[in-house]
Amino acid sequence: VDGTQAARGDGIVMGLADVAGRLESGMTIGIGGWGSRRKPMALVRAILRAGLTGLTIVSYAGPDVGLLVAEGRVRRVVSGFASLDSIALEPHFRQARQRGAVEFTELDEGMLHWGLLAAAHRLPFLPMRAGLGTDVMRVNPDLRTVRSPYADGEEFVAVPALRLDAALIHLNRADRRGNGQYLGPDPYFDDLFCLAADLAFMSCEALVPAGRLLESGPPQSLLVNRAMVHGVVEAPGGAHFTSCVPDYPRDEEFQAEYAASAAGPESWPGFRDRYLSGDEDDYQRAVRRFHREREAAQAGKTQAGAASR
Amino acid sequence: MTGAPPASPAGPAAGDPAPGDPAPGGATLADVCVVACAEAWRGDGAILASPMGLIPTLGARLAQLTFEPDLLLTDGEAYLLAPGGPGASGGPGAPGGTGAPGSSGGTGASGGERVTEGWLPYRSVFTMVAAGRRHVMMGASQLDRYGNQNISCIGDWARPKAQLLGVRGAPGNTINHPVSYWVPRHSPRVLVERVDLVCGLGYDRAAALGPPGNRFHEVRLVVTNLAVLDFRTPDRAMRLRSVHPGVAVDDALAATGFPLAVPDQVPRTRWPTPGELALLKEIDPAGRREQELRPGSISGNVKGTPK
Repeated sequence: VDGTQAARGDGIVMGLADVAGRLESGMTIGIGGWGSRRKPMALVRAILRAGLTGLTIVSYAGPDVGLLVAEGRVRRVVSGFASLDSIALEPHFRQARQRGAVEFTELDEGMLHWGLLAAAHRLPFLPMRAGLGTDVMRVNPDLRTVRSPYADGEEFVAVPALRLDAALIHLNRADRRGNGQYLGPDPYFDDLFCLAADLAFMSCEALVPAGRLLESGPPQSLLVNRAMVHGVVEAPGGAHFTSCVPDYPRDEEFQAEYAASAAGPESWPGFRDRYLSGDEDDYQRAVRRFHREREAAQAGKTQAGAASR
Repeated sequence: MTGAPPASPAGPAAGDPAPGDPAPGGATLADVCVVACAEAWRGDGAILASPMGLIPTLGARLAQLTFEPDLLLTDGEAYLLAPGGPGASGGPGAPGGTGAPGSSGGTGASGGERVTEGWLPYRSVFTMVAAGRRHVMMGASQLDRYGNQNISCIGDWARPKAQLLGVRGAPGNTINHPVSYWVPRHSPRVLVERVDLVCGLGYDRAAALGPPGNRFHEVRLVVTNLAVLDFRTPDRAMRLRSVHPGVAVDDALAATGFPLAVPDQVPRTRWPTPGELALLKEIDPAGRREQELRPGSISGNVKGTPK
């Protein structure tokens, strides 16, 4: 992918598998969104299919981390939490921690922001108060403090840059050259993830022709520009089952199905076989089937209820 | 905005019923807890109130509707919501602008209706934290006598018995701005001698840190299902500030895993006013607040609403 290709109008559009093909086992990968909100889940599923292992994941963690951890692809998680929002605790992350199956760099959520900002600005660290006096310093023995060189002499945590080999984000709209737009209420930190990374890939709900992004939202919705990303993927439903408002809300029924897959050691293979054994189209079909069966079961219950009266 | 602790709200109110009489207006323990949480924000002015859990959320909304109308509140995602219906001005002082508790009850303004007054995505929340324009009420899986708080995990951090929320924003919150805590089940398992991981900074560690780094640290109040506690002691150890109606001082002491400082006279936590009770019916018509105090509900201790 080079400028010539972009100038021809092909842009930097690629497929989900193409993105996974640019990534390697052992990489440090940042994932945008927050909790169970606007996560690049189709790209995460592509990583699962590609068989990458030994990853370090930097994320405001939700089911992105949960899926990768459940499949044993993650060596280390860098985060301040792992949550499904409407379900407080990410169940697969929780189990992996309790089994000692994953390493954890546990940082205050604001420290994660600061580390990404430092990396984006090509600084080795940024000073911050968060963490001082707490056990964040104990469980991260590599963290250092720094003293202000000015008259105040105050001591701060020197939050190290969270430099990423690659970043994955999902936005509502994008053009073929890599300009991206969010239409929901929160940009999260997707622009920083991209700038903190050597390689950044953006999936989107829909590609629109160059120059047409302002028809769907105001100028400040153009969060990502084409200097920040190296590849764009059109992936409708690509954040499922996390929210991608206003295109769709979180699929709470399916999220509950996902959470149930952590109920016991025998539950996960069933979920994986049903939803993650094929490609992205197979996944979306399996989700539709899940909802059809759920609706049929509901209708059946209603009928049975009516018949018994 | 002021960093001063709120004036004591805990004294017996005029017209209290005698022991054994029914609660005024049919108020429940959950109502008392909501009002006790609301009192945490008294005097805060125009700062972001960030309640976690339902009862603190109702408390912050009640404070905003009555004695602390300048408070800012989010919808739990990225919008700031102010009281007011579609036709309301939504400006300061409306409704409940007199600052008297319960003054807005029965004025015709609906406590349940809200308008969007601003935008606060996560990146701006972090800036408000660092700027100190915020007072959060967090939950606590464990809390010790100096206010060190743990929400991350139980047991050895390297391989926890129970992975809980993670440190979330607790380190940054406690070093930057006032913090209070809500404990829906006051017990020796929550109020412990030592927490397994210090996420939120307590007074002993803040003292060890020393000035100037600790100058924005303040743990203001701890509201539980039994009592209100604070840290107004010479060594900033936890003190029984008031006990809720029907709770004996000895009950609160027995439910605490370390010795509490106890003043000579322990006041009773105040009842909601009739106006506050009316507002509570508007902002929680289904009475969901009662469920947060039920055994088995986990929302207060581990729910981590992020803003």
